[in-house]
Amino acid sequence: MAQLNARLSKFGLFGLLAYITSSSAWADWELNLTQGVTDISRDVYDMHMFVLWICVWIGVVVFGAMTYSMIKHRKSRGSEPAKFSHSTLAEVIWTVIPFGILVTMAVPAANTLVRMEDTSDSEVTVKITGHQWKWEYEYLDSGVRIISSLHPDSREAAALNSDVDPNTVDNYLLEVDNPLVLPVDKKIRFVLTASDVIHAWWVPEFAIKKDAIPGFINDMWTQIDEEGIYRGQCAELCGRDHGFMPIVVHATSESEYEDWIQAQLASAEAEAQSADREWAMDELMERGEGVYGTYCVACHQPNGQGIQGVFPTLVGTDLVLNDVGGHINVILNGVEGTSMQAFSTTLNDADIAAVVTYERNAWGNDTGDVVQPSTIKDMRVQ
Amino acid sequence: MNAYSVDHSHDDHHDHGPPPGLMRWVTTTNHKDIGTLYLWFSLIMFFIGGFMALIIRSELFQPGLQIVDPHFFNQMTTMSFWILPFGFAMMLSTLFMDGGGPASGWTIYPPLVLQTGDALPFLIFSIHILGVSSIMGAINIVATIMNMRAPGMTYMKMPLFVWTWFITAYLLIAVMPVLAGAVTMLLTDKFFGTSFFDAAGGGDPVMFQHIFWFFGHPEVYILILPAFGIVSEIIPTFSRKQLFGYSSMVYATASIAFLSFIVWAHHMFTVGMPLVGEIFFMFTTMLIAVPTGVKVFNWVSTMWRGAMTFETPMLFAIGFVIMFTIGGFSGLMLAMTPIDFQYHDTYFVVAHFHYVLVPGAIFAIVAAVYYWLPKWTGNMYDEKLGKAHFWLSTIFVNILFFPMHFVGLAGMPRRIPDYAVQFTDFNQIATIGAFGFGFAQILLLVVVVKCIRGGSRATDQVWEGAHGLEWSVASPAPYHTFSPQPVVK
Repeated sequence: MAQLNARLSKFGLFGLLAYITSSSAWADWELNLTQGVTDISRDVYDMHMFVLWICVWIGVVVFGAMTYSMIKHRKSRGSEPAKFSHSTLAEVIWTVIPFGILVTMAVPAANTLVRMEDTSDSEVTVKITGHQWKWEYEYLDSGVRIISSLHPDSREAAALNSDVDPNTVDNYLLEVDNPLVLPVDKKIRFVLTASDVIHAWWVPEFAIKKDAIPGFINDMWTQIDEEGIYRGQCAELCGRDHGFMPIVVHATSESEYEDWIQAQLASAEAEAQSADREWAMDELMERGEGVYGTYCVACHQPNGQGIQGVFPTLVGTDLVLNDVGGHINVILNGVEGTSMQAFSTTLNDADIAAVVTYERNAWGNDTGDVVQPSTIKDMRVQ
Repeated sequence: MNAYSVDHSHDDHHDHGPPPGLMRWVTTTNHKDIGTLYLWFSLIMFFIGGFMALIIRSELFQPGLQIVDPHFFNQMTTMSFWILPFGFAMMLSTLFMDGGGPASGWTIYPPLVLQTGDALPFLIFSIHILGVSSIMGAINIVATIMNMRAPGMTYMKMPLFVWTWFITAYLLIAVMPVLAGAVTMLLTDKFFGTSFFDAAGGGDPVMFQHIFWFFGHPEVYILILPAFGIVSEIIPTFSRKQLFGYSSMVYATASIAFLSFIVWAHHMFTVGMPLVGEIFFMFTTMLIAVPTGVKVFNWVSTMWRGAMTFETPMLFAIGFVIMFTIGGFSGLMLAMTPIDFQYHDTYFVVAHFHYVLVPGAIFAIVAAVYYWLPKWTGNMYDEKLGKAHFWLSTIFVNILFFPMHFVGLAGMPRRIPDYAVQFTDFNQIATIGAFGFGFAQILLLVVVVKCIRGGSRATDQVWEGAHGLEWSVASPAPYHTFSPQPVVK
């Protein structure tokens, strides 16, 4: 609190006004834990402050005694060393009192924990799947599925020796292409898993964090009180781009949420139908560049050359120049034992057709190959 | 061995001291020589590890990637811990292999670590080597303490430093084989088709975390218990007063060691344990505060109504007590499961374990270097430089680690090479602190080298208030220390 006050006084009255009227959820985040926007998060914040103050007071007593002793009991002030070497009474006191303090902390903590772990009676269920390095969200009630990855502006600014100054990017590293949309005032249950390595889903404003573990299902819940945009990040080291898979939640009113779900369903339907028509090469190249920039670029790099010894190049190889079937197969099914994952569930037919076309014609590959979504559709059936 | 040959070998030792030149260090069985080797090795590793840490802090000086790519960054975070023990050459060599060094953090969690390239078997074998080295060293310490105490030196008369090492050695023997087993399972998962940690084959990646932390939590006490012992020697000396509550210190150390085996899952509260599991590990973890508190109170009571002077070892020891306690406070906060969900894997945790290990363990080790250096070399070190080293280290270590509490609470995850712009200020402060602290350590090297080369002669007693057998022999200690054996009354 003291630091917060110091911060406020630094910016004066205008700063204070700006501070109060600021809508950014991050603004008051720089020194202390957020209070968040859920019942649980406020509970957690209160407990954090309670324990912090206990620590501060113990610190004042212990360090105070030490400081007093260091000033008073110096040889240079003629202090004579006392002879005592133990005191059973004192030792019993400073074993029992801390134990009592611990009990006062443990009881409310256990109660909150019981509430946090009760995922029953939820009204909305979202399945979260962690991938290297993006999040997949599936609304189990409606079947809507979105993939959420780092916003291209942030990705561009984050590149090694990039010309773009991160300070000029809005919400640098904390913005995504497709945010998770959730309704307020509903108990939302998340089920978590992962496709490759362990990730962890964390939004500080909700005070929930849980690991997404391949092959296992975890769950947790939240109920958001206020509409707004809430940001978080992956919280378990998951490889090269661990620092580049943020989480953004748009909390909206229930009606807005329903509208959004309907819109998503409609566009998914349109996507599904587009797989049946014939696509032009320009169209595929444009879409392919976007897909590549979202899903492939982190490993295979903007120039397609990968990273030597880690991620293979896509320039001038036999797979990319000649073997169309093999190329599609790698993207659909991944390569076992490597970090090349299977994209058959992540990307639709048009996406895969587009990115294959793009890779076969970009960076001087120039094969002239055009792969149609219908080809991908057929290969899936096989 | 018969009585004659014992006498004979005794005579031999008196006739010629250590063999000259390099062979002295290769073939030595003298405990002081081996100790010297360990200390020099640690000092070199301290500087190499510290250099790598400075690369990390340089990258984190501002948002955006300027110096290293994320993969290299993750390699650095892994190296800086494992570099310390033996096997370092093998470990370092992996940085130049196809696929680079291991980049999964020092906790080497699967499945991520299984994505490592050629470096994986080298990582695992270097951990095996370190384990063998640690177990051998630990058995040596246990056997020495049990069999070779001076006549009259009962267990409850042993210096506390010896007690803490005794308990530490048992911890090492108990947990190093567990780690060896865990990493061997990684090896067979990667190369021999087993699925210990792969759900697709019936395994469980979380099982690795349980096994790892069953090793890992006692391991952090392996790092800190000897530091407790050191400080328990130094504070009485410079307070000119007996250690307060000797027996409760011994019992507290033993309790901490016992508790260390039943708290491991507090490192993994977010993996989705059953509620009762979370509550159990929360309660056991909070209990550690009791014996740790006893230790801190005893140190303060030792200082109370003493006649203190503040030479460099005392300064570092007091710095240890204060800053270790700050690390203990954040440890208490982290113990509480519901709020740990917010702190877990953020810079708040980074601040916590650096407070207990840098101004904690490292300060205590540095205190020990200053305390025993005159006995080691026969010369007094340069007190002015020593004090400068203390003050610079203390100021910069706080500039380095204190802001990490703030960025952690504000939501900055750990182990990321780049961060959102609102974290910039505190990261820059931390980086400045890191360079200040790093360069201040050069003073330590200067002091040690200067002290080896000369300085005013140290007396046998060295410190006015020192008690203990080492202060009854000459400085430097004779090659075979005691002849005849001392008797403790």
